[in-house]
Amino acid sequence: MNKVYKFLALAIAIFVPTLLFAQDKVEMADLLRSNGKIYAVVAVCLTILFGLFLYLFMLDRKIKKLEK
Amino acid sequence: MQKHWWKILSFLLLIYTFIAGFLGKVPELNILNESIRNLYFHVCMWFGMMILFIVSFIYSIKYLSSNNYKHDITASAFASIGTVFGVLGYATGVIWVSVTWVTDQGQSLASVLKEPKLIGAMIAILIYGAYFVLRGSFTDVDKRARVSAVYNVFAFAMLFPSIWIIPRLVGSLHPGSPGSDSGNPALDRNDMDGSMRAIFYPAVIGWTLLGVWIASLKIRSKKIEDKIILNNE
Repeated sequence: MNKVYKFLALAIAIFVPTLLFAQDKVEMADLLRSNGKIYAVVAVCLTILFGLFLYLFMLDRKIKKLEK
Repeated sequence: MQKHWWKILSFLLLIYTFIAGFLGKVPELNILNESIRNLYFHVCMWFGMMILFIVSFIYSIKYLSSNNYKHDITASAFASIGTVFGVLGYATGVIWVSVTWVTDQGQSLASVLKEPKLIGAMIAILIYGAYFVLRGSFTDVDKRARVSAVYNVFAFAMLFPSIWIIPRLVGSLHPGSPGSDSGNPALDRNDMDGSMRAIFYPAVIGWTLLGVWIASLKIRSKKIEDKIILNNE
Protein backbone atom coordinates (compact mmCIF):
# COMPACT_ATOMS: atom_id res chain seq x y z
CA MET A 1 0.00 0.00 0.00
CA ASN A 2 2.81 2.33 0.98
CA LYS A 3 4.50 1.68 -2.36
CA VAL A 4 1.35 2.65 -4.20
CA TYR A 5 1.23 5.99 -2.39
CA LYS A 6 4.88 6.62 -3.13
CA PHE A 7 4.33 5.86 -6.79
CA LEU A 8 1.32 8.13 -6.90
CA ALA A 9 3.26 10.94 -5.20
CA LEU A 10 6.10 10.53 -7.69
CA ALA A 11 3.70 10.51 -10.62
CA ILE A 12 2.03 13.69 -9.37
CA ALA A 13 5.39 15.36 -8.77
CA ILE A 14 6.48 14.60 -12.31
CA PHE A 15 3.31 15.21 -14.24
CA VAL A 16 1.69 18.17 -12.53
CA PRO A 17 4.49 20.62 -13.41
CA THR A 18 4.49 19.41 -17.01
CA LEU A 19 0.75 19.93 -17.11
CA LEU A 20 1.21 23.43 -15.77
CA PHE A 21 3.87 24.22 -18.34
CA ALA A 22 1.71 22.84 -21.09
CA GLN A 23 -0.80 25.63 -20.58
CA ASP A 24 -0.68 28.10 -23.44
CA LYS A 25 -2.52 30.75 -21.50
CA VAL A 26 -0.30 33.42 -20.03
CA GLU A 27 -1.00 33.94 -16.37
CA MET A 28 -2.53 37.34 -15.73
CA ALA A 29 -4.15 38.82 -12.64
CA ASP A 30 -7.51 37.36 -13.59
CA LEU A 31 -8.52 36.60 -10.00
CA LEU A 32 -7.81 40.14 -8.87
CA ARG A 33 -9.91 41.31 -11.77
CA SER A 34 -12.80 38.88 -11.35
CA ASN A 35 -13.34 39.51 -7.65
CA GLY A 36 -13.20 43.22 -8.24
CA LYS A 37 -10.22 43.94 -5.97
CA ILE A 38 -8.32 45.63 -8.78
CA TYR A 39 -10.67 48.56 -8.17
CA ALA A 40 -9.25 48.87 -4.66
CA VAL A 41 -5.78 49.26 -6.17
CA VAL A 42 -7.03 51.92 -8.56
CA ALA A 43 -8.79 53.72 -5.69
CA VAL A 44 -5.65 53.68 -3.53
CA CYS A 45 -3.48 55.04 -6.32
CA LEU A 46 -6.05 57.70 -7.19
CA THR A 47 -6.18 58.75 -3.53
CA ILE A 48 -2.41 59.21 -3.51
CA LEU A 49 -2.63 61.16 -6.75
CA PHE A 50 -5.39 63.41 -5.34
CA GLY A 51 -3.37 63.97 -2.18
CA LEU A 52 -0.23 64.90 -4.09
CA PHE A 53 -2.06 67.31 -6.37
CA LEU A 54 -3.89 68.89 -3.43
CA TYR A 55 -0.54 69.41 -1.71
CA LEU A 56 0.96 70.94 -4.86
CA PHE A 57 -2.09 73.15 -5.30
CA MET A 58 -1.80 74.45 -1.73
CA LEU A 59 1.92 75.05 -2.16
CA ASP A 60 1.18 76.94 -5.36
CA ARG A 61 -1.33 79.16 -3.53
CA LYS A 62 1.07 79.79 -0.67
CA ILE A 63 3.82 80.92 -3.05
CA LYS A 64 1.34 83.12 -4.89
CA LYS A 65 0.50 84.84 -1.61
CA LEU A 66 4.19 85.38 -0.90
CA GLU A 67 4.71 86.86 -4.35
CA LYS A 68 2.23 89.63 -3.61
CA MET B 1 -7.47 80.28 -14.58
CA GLN B 2 -6.26 80.61 -18.16
CA LYS B 3 -2.67 80.38 -17.02
CA HIS B 4 -3.30 77.17 -15.10
CA TRP B 5 -4.90 75.01 -17.77
CA TRP B 6 -1.81 72.83 -18.09
CA LYS B 7 -1.84 71.98 -14.40
CA ILE B 8 -5.42 70.77 -14.73
CA LEU B 9 -4.46 68.92 -17.92
CA SER B 10 -1.67 67.17 -16.02
CA PHE B 11 -4.11 66.16 -13.29
CA LEU B 12 -6.69 64.83 -15.75
CA LEU B 13 -4.11 62.97 -17.82
CA LEU B 14 -2.73 61.29 -14.70
CA ILE B 15 -6.20 60.28 -13.53
CA TYR B 16 -6.72 58.77 -16.98
CA THR B 17 -3.32 57.06 -16.72
CA PHE B 18 -4.13 55.48 -13.37
CA ILE B 19 -7.62 54.32 -14.32
CA ALA B 20 -6.92 53.15 -17.87
CA GLY B 21 -3.46 51.98 -16.88
CA PHE B 22 -4.78 49.54 -14.31
CA LEU B 23 -8.06 48.56 -15.92
CA GLY B 24 -7.26 48.68 -19.63
CA LYS B 25 -6.48 45.65 -21.74
CA VAL B 26 -2.81 44.78 -22.17
CA PRO B 27 -1.12 42.14 -24.35
CA GLU B 28 -0.76 38.85 -22.50
CA LEU B 29 2.95 38.10 -22.60
CA ASN B 30 5.08 35.57 -20.78
CA ILE B 31 7.46 36.78 -18.05
CA LEU B 32 6.02 40.30 -18.22
CA ASN B 33 2.44 39.29 -17.30
CA GLU B 34 0.66 42.20 -15.61
CA SER B 35 3.94 44.01 -14.93
CA ILE B 36 3.71 45.35 -18.49
CA ARG B 37 1.58 48.11 -16.94
CA ASN B 38 4.76 49.54 -15.45
CA LEU B 39 5.23 51.09 -18.88
CA TYR B 40 2.80 53.85 -17.86
CA PHE B 41 4.85 54.69 -14.80
CA HIS B 42 8.47 53.57 -15.05
CA VAL B 43 9.07 54.51 -18.69
CA CYS B 44 7.22 57.80 -18.22
CA MET B 45 9.70 58.76 -15.50
CA TRP B 46 12.57 58.45 -17.99
CA PHE B 47 10.72 60.27 -20.77
CA GLY B 48 9.79 63.02 -18.34
CA MET B 49 13.39 63.19 -17.14
CA MET B 50 14.71 63.57 -20.68
CA ILE B 51 12.25 66.35 -21.49
CA LEU B 52 13.04 68.20 -18.22
CA PHE B 53 16.79 67.89 -18.85
CA ILE B 54 16.33 69.24 -22.38
CA VAL B 55 14.54 72.28 -20.93
CA SER B 56 17.32 72.69 -18.36
CA PHE B 57 19.92 72.48 -21.13
CA ILE B 58 18.13 75.12 -23.21
CA TYR B 59 17.99 77.52 -20.25
CA SER B 60 21.68 76.97 -19.51
CA ILE B 61 22.50 77.95 -23.10
CA LYS B 62 20.19 80.94 -22.75
CA TYR B 63 22.00 81.95 -19.58
CA LEU B 64 25.38 81.71 -21.25
CA SER B 65 24.23 83.89 -24.14
CA SER B 66 22.35 86.49 -22.08
CA ASN B 67 23.82 86.38 -18.54
CA ASN B 68 20.28 86.72 -17.27
CA TYR B 69 20.22 85.30 -13.73
CA LYS B 70 16.59 84.16 -14.10
CA HIS B 71 17.65 81.60 -16.71
CA ASP B 72 20.09 80.10 -14.21
CA ILE B 73 17.29 79.65 -11.66
CA THR B 74 15.13 77.96 -14.31
CA ALA B 75 17.93 75.68 -15.48
CA SER B 76 18.72 74.46 -11.97
CA ALA B 77 15.05 73.91 -11.05
CA PHE B 78 14.45 71.77 -14.14
CA ALA B 79 17.68 69.85 -13.59
CA SER B 80 16.69 69.06 -10.01
CA ILE B 81 13.20 67.77 -10.77
CA GLY B 82 14.66 65.90 -13.74
CA THR B 83 17.10 64.18 -11.40
CA VAL B 84 14.24 63.25 -9.06
CA PHE B 85 12.43 61.68 -12.01
CA GLY B 86 15.62 59.84 -12.95
CA VAL B 87 16.09 58.43 -9.44
CA LEU B 88 12.43 57.36 -9.39
CA GLY B 89 12.86 55.80 -12.83
CA TYR B 90 15.88 53.85 -11.62
CA ALA B 91 14.16 52.72 -8.41
CA THR B 92 11.02 51.58 -10.23
CA GLY B 93 13.24 49.88 -12.81
CA VAL B 94 14.95 47.83 -10.10
CA ILE B 95 11.57 46.68 -8.81
CA TRP B 96 10.53 45.71 -12.32
CA VAL B 97 13.83 43.91 -12.91
CA SER B 98 13.37 41.85 -9.77
CA VAL B 99 10.21 40.23 -11.17
CA THR B 100 11.22 39.90 -14.84
CA TRP B 101 14.97 39.64 -15.47
CA VAL B 102 15.56 37.73 -12.27
CA THR B 103 14.05 34.41 -13.30
CA ASP B 104 14.39 30.95 -11.83
CA GLN B 105 17.65 30.29 -13.70
CA GLY B 106 19.89 31.19 -10.83
CA GLN B 107 20.49 34.89 -11.44
CA SER B 108 20.70 37.08 -8.40
CA LEU B 109 19.45 40.65 -8.40
CA ALA B 110 23.03 41.83 -7.91
CA SER B 111 24.21 40.07 -11.06
CA VAL B 112 21.32 41.41 -13.10
CA LEU B 113 21.95 44.96 -11.94
CA LYS B 114 25.39 44.91 -13.61
CA GLU B 115 23.63 45.75 -16.82
CA PRO B 116 24.77 48.29 -19.44
CA LYS B 117 21.45 50.13 -19.47
CA LEU B 118 21.31 50.36 -15.68
CA ILE B 119 24.95 51.36 -15.35
CA GLY B 120 24.45 53.98 -18.08
CA ALA B 121 21.39 55.35 -16.31
CA MET B 122 23.30 55.45 -13.04
CA ILE B 123 26.17 57.34 -14.69
CA ALA B 124 23.73 59.87 -16.14
CA ILE B 125 22.09 60.45 -12.74
CA LEU B 126 25.47 60.76 -11.02
CA ILE B 127 26.63 63.32 -13.59
CA TYR B 128 23.57 65.40 -12.80
CA GLY B 129 24.17 64.80 -9.08
CA ALA B 130 27.60 66.35 -9.52
CA TYR B 131 25.88 69.39 -11.06
CA PHE B 132 24.29 70.14 -7.67
CA VAL B 133 27.54 69.49 -5.81
CA LEU B 134 29.18 71.98 -8.16
CA ARG B 135 26.45 74.56 -7.61
CA GLY B 136 26.73 74.17 -3.85
CA SER B 137 30.46 74.76 -3.88
CA PHE B 138 30.24 78.38 -5.08
CA THR B 139 29.48 81.35 -2.88
CA ASP B 140 29.64 83.84 -5.72
CA VAL B 141 26.29 83.89 -7.54
CA ASP B 142 27.57 84.89 -10.99
CA LYS B 143 30.41 82.42 -10.93
CA ARG B 144 28.05 79.67 -9.81
CA ALA B 145 25.60 80.44 -12.58
CA ARG B 146 28.28 80.55 -15.27
CA VAL B 147 30.26 77.46 -14.29
CA SER B 148 27.19 75.36 -13.62
CA ALA B 149 25.66 76.40 -16.95
CA VAL B 150 28.80 75.21 -18.73
CA TYR B 151 28.75 72.01 -16.69
CA ASN B 152 25.08 71.46 -17.52
CA VAL B 153 25.91 71.54 -21.24
CA PHE B 154 28.51 68.83 -20.62
CA ALA B 155 26.08 66.80 -18.50
CA PHE B 156 23.46 66.97 -21.25
CA ALA B 157 26.02 65.90 -23.83
CA MET B 158 26.68 62.80 -21.71
CA LEU B 159 23.00 62.04 -21.07
CA PHE B 160 21.94 60.43 -24.34
CA PRO B 161 25.17 58.49 -24.96
CA SER B 162 25.00 56.94 -21.50
CA ILE B 163 21.32 56.02 -21.45
CA TRP B 164 20.72 55.23 -25.12
CA ILE B 165 23.83 54.82 -27.27
CA ILE B 166 26.20 52.75 -25.08
CA PRO B 167 23.54 50.20 -24.01
CA ARG B 168 22.69 49.68 -27.67
CA LEU B 169 26.32 49.27 -28.67
CA VAL B 170 27.14 46.60 -26.10
CA GLY B 171 23.79 44.83 -25.88
CA SER B 172 21.51 44.73 -22.91
CA LEU B 173 18.55 42.89 -21.46
CA HIS B 174 16.58 46.10 -21.52
CA PRO B 175 14.00 46.41 -24.30
CA GLY B 176 15.41 48.51 -27.09
CA SER B 177 18.84 46.90 -27.06
CA PRO B 178 20.25 44.26 -29.36
CA GLY B 179 20.17 40.98 -27.48
CA SER B 180 16.88 41.59 -25.77
CA ASP B 181 13.99 39.43 -26.91
CA SER B 182 11.77 42.33 -27.70
CA GLY B 183 13.76 43.69 -30.63
CA ASN B 184 14.96 47.13 -31.37
CA PRO B 185 13.92 49.88 -30.81
CA ALA B 186 11.97 49.64 -27.56
CA LEU B 187 8.76 51.23 -28.72
CA ASP B 188 8.12 49.22 -31.88
CA ARG B 189 4.85 47.45 -32.51
CA ASN B 190 6.13 44.15 -31.12
CA ASP B 191 6.52 45.68 -27.69
CA MET B 192 3.55 47.94 -27.46
CA ASP B 193 0.20 47.65 -29.20
CA GLY B 194 -2.12 50.51 -30.09
CA SER B 195 -4.23 50.36 -26.96
CA MET B 196 -1.12 50.76 -24.83
CA ARG B 197 0.12 53.69 -26.89
CA ALA B 198 -3.21 55.43 -26.29
CA ILE B 199 -2.39 55.40 -22.58
CA PHE B 200 1.40 55.69 -22.76
CA TYR B 201 1.69 58.99 -24.65
CA PRO B 202 -0.91 60.84 -22.53
CA ALA B 203 0.87 59.43 -19.47
CA VAL B 204 4.20 60.86 -20.63
CA ILE B 205 2.60 64.28 -21.11
CA GLY B 206 0.84 64.10 -17.74
CA TRP B 207 3.96 63.14 -15.78
CA THR B 208 6.09 65.70 -17.60
CA LEU B 209 3.61 68.49 -16.88
CA LEU B 210 3.65 67.44 -13.22
CA GLY B 211 7.43 67.87 -13.30
CA VAL B 212 7.07 71.27 -14.96
CA TRP B 213 4.62 72.34 -12.24
CA ILE B 214 7.02 71.33 -9.45
CA ALA B 215 9.87 73.09 -11.28
CA SER B 216 7.79 76.26 -11.62
CA LEU B 217 7.09 76.20 -7.87
CA LYS B 218 10.82 75.85 -7.20
CA ILE B 219 11.60 78.76 -9.53
CA ARG B 220 9.00 81.02 -7.91
CA SER B 221 10.07 80.22 -4.36
CA LYS B 222 13.73 80.76 -5.28
CA LYS B 223 12.89 84.18 -6.71
CA ILE B 224 11.09 85.13 -3.48
CA GLU B 225 14.06 83.87 -1.48
CA ASP B 226 16.48 85.99 -3.52
CA LYS B 227 14.26 89.02 -3.15
CA ILE B 228 14.30 88.64 0.65
CA ILE B 229 18.10 88.34 0.64
CA LEU B 230 18.45 91.45 -1.54
CA ASN B 231 16.07 93.47 0.64
CA ASN B 232 17.92 92.56 3.81
CA GLU B 233 21.27 93.78 2.53
